[in-house]
Amino acid sequence: MRQNPGSVGARTSKTLRSTVFWRIGEDIPKPLNAGLIITSIALPLLLWWLVTTLGNVDPTFLPSPADVLQAFQRLWSTGDIQKDTVASLWRVGVGFLMAALFSIPVGVLMGSFPSIRALLEPLFGLMRYMPAPAFIPLLILYLGIGEEPKITLIFIGVFFFNSLMVMDTVKFVPKDLIEATYTLGGNRLQTLLQVIFPHVLPGIIDACRINLAAAWQLVIVSELIAATEGLGRRISVAGRFLKTDEIFVGLIVIGIFGLAFDLLFQYFLRVSCRWASQKR
Amino acid sequence: MYLQITKLHKHFSTKKGKLVVLKDINMSIEQGEFICTVGASGSGKSTLLRQIAGLDTPTTGDVKIDGVSVAGPGPDRGMVFQHYTLYPWMSVQGNVEFGLKLQGVPKRERRQKASYYLDVVGLTKFAQSLPKELSGGMKQRVAIARALTSEPKILLMDEPFGALDIHTKESMHSFILDLWERTNITIFMITHDVEEAVLLSNRIYALSSRPGTVSKEVSINLPERSHTIKRHSKFHDYRDELIDLLRGQGQEALAVA
Ligand SMILES: Nc1ncnc2c1ncn2[C@@H]1O[C@H](COP(=O)(O)OP(=O)(O)OP(=O)(O)O)[C@@H](O)[C@H]1O
Ligand SMILES: [Mg+2]
Repeated sequence: MRQNPGSVGARTSKTLRSTVFWRIGEDIPKPLNAGLIITSIALPLLLWWLVTTLGNVDPTFLPSPADVLQAFQRLWSTGDIQKDTVASLWRVGVGFLMAALFSIPVGVLMGSFPSIRALLEPLFGLMRYMPAPAFIPLLILYLGIGEEPKITLIFIGVFFFNSLMVMDTVKFVPKDLIEATYTLGGNRLQTLLQVIFPHVLPGIIDACRINLAAAWQLVIVSELIAATEGLGRRISVAGRFLKTDEIFVGLIVIGIFGLAFDLLFQYFLRVSCRWASQKR
Repeated sequence: MYLQITKLHKHFSTKKGKLVVLKDINMSIEQGEFICTVGASGSGKSTLLRQIAGLDTPTTGDVKIDGVSVAGPGPDRGMVFQHYTLYPWMSVQGNVEFGLKLQGVPKRERRQKASYYLDVVGLTKFAQSLPKELSGGMKQRVAIARALTSEPKILLMDEPFGALDIHTKESMHSFILDLWERTNITIFMITHDVEEAVLLSNRIYALSSRPGTVSKEVSINLPERSHTIKRHSKFHDYRDELIDLLRGQGQEALAVA
């Protein structure tokens, strides 16, 4: 037998060293967590402020935070920004809700029944790869330039993706759970509504959360076509007149609303599906 | 005869061709018996149970309960699965009630029954807990209570205590024997633990591997059923006989696999 002289040293050097910052999948201390979150927002803001005050930057190229705040106050006092926000929110709301309303049952059905899946998946898979904005000319042709084409655009962009994502969540329902339901006397409809649906609900909420972001993108695109108000419209008009500060206002408002909805969905997920969280 | 399995064959078509899992299984089980089926891993025990539960259909042959051929799953055969199958979003109480809810039993009645069976399995204190807050043994007891609330004529269990430590297992054994004696329910249990089978059942079917077929049927006659019986020489005789039988099987199975 050969002795390994370095065996003791080798063993100590192989133990996993402890760390705080690089913990994988574990909680980090609360103060560190809060500090990092603040840094994430404050650092870019600070850089922006430094660049615009210290550097000699043309405000039509990059306005300072103060310029943007002023532009916001200006747009707020005329009521323009409120009108734009409401218009965009309304389009996203209607388009997204309609898409969710249809795609959730369709997705659950596709995930549960291989027959329905075979019937719809090829078509949906194809539609998913057609970028929704490419439908704009057709939508204008069919629906004119009112609200209908804008809402339909959001619907198209969200419906197919969301259906397929909801379908995928059904894959994770254990077969045993479905069979247990049968042995307890459940029929297929009951299994669908009382076992599969609650099991995939967290996945559905997550899919909706992700696709709401897509809906936001599409509303901006749709407003570039023909609109009298809306945040996308505000940005494109501001661009035409080189009002860079107003572009920033539009972008920030969009970002804040997007984030707010995202947090709302996360909160909803946490309160409605306590069972699905990893922690005990 | 209460549960009658006649000339049951089951094969699966796989990529490598036809896989015969069960071959010529014949079993007759009377009302109130406690039957264990033992066999090596992969001998087709779960497959057999699935045929009785109606979750799968035999290739040929049939399973009759009270003279009626099994056509599909139903609450007259309570099933406890090999893996934990509680509904994670329902409380323990909700899980136990769920069968009755599916069968349209009014709320008050199912509350009462669920509470009764939660008491039977000793989990009244955990009625409002979520499954993830329970230990493995507690989860299996909830699964048993869930199967019992529908008041099935037969309880089918697939290695229900396989994942438990010795002490938990022993208390589950006392629990299930007590339940069996009190309710006169028929139990058909699958296990690969020979001692468990000898201790619990009054008859054992030993399944050979590849293809699974009944290689031996042993009636157990022991003076008592408790853990002290494990020191009895008759207990050892039964155990050794079955272990010898399965030993050959396990090696054959490995050689094929
Ligand atoms: N749906 C299926 N398709 C193909 N083969 C299957 C199927 N179900 C089971 N088998 C095969 O049948 C054999 C028996 O499986 P089964 O699950 O019944 O074994 P088991 O006796 O319950 O084993 P264990 O003690 O490990 O649970 C295995 O070789 C398995 O691969
Ligand atoms: Mg098995």
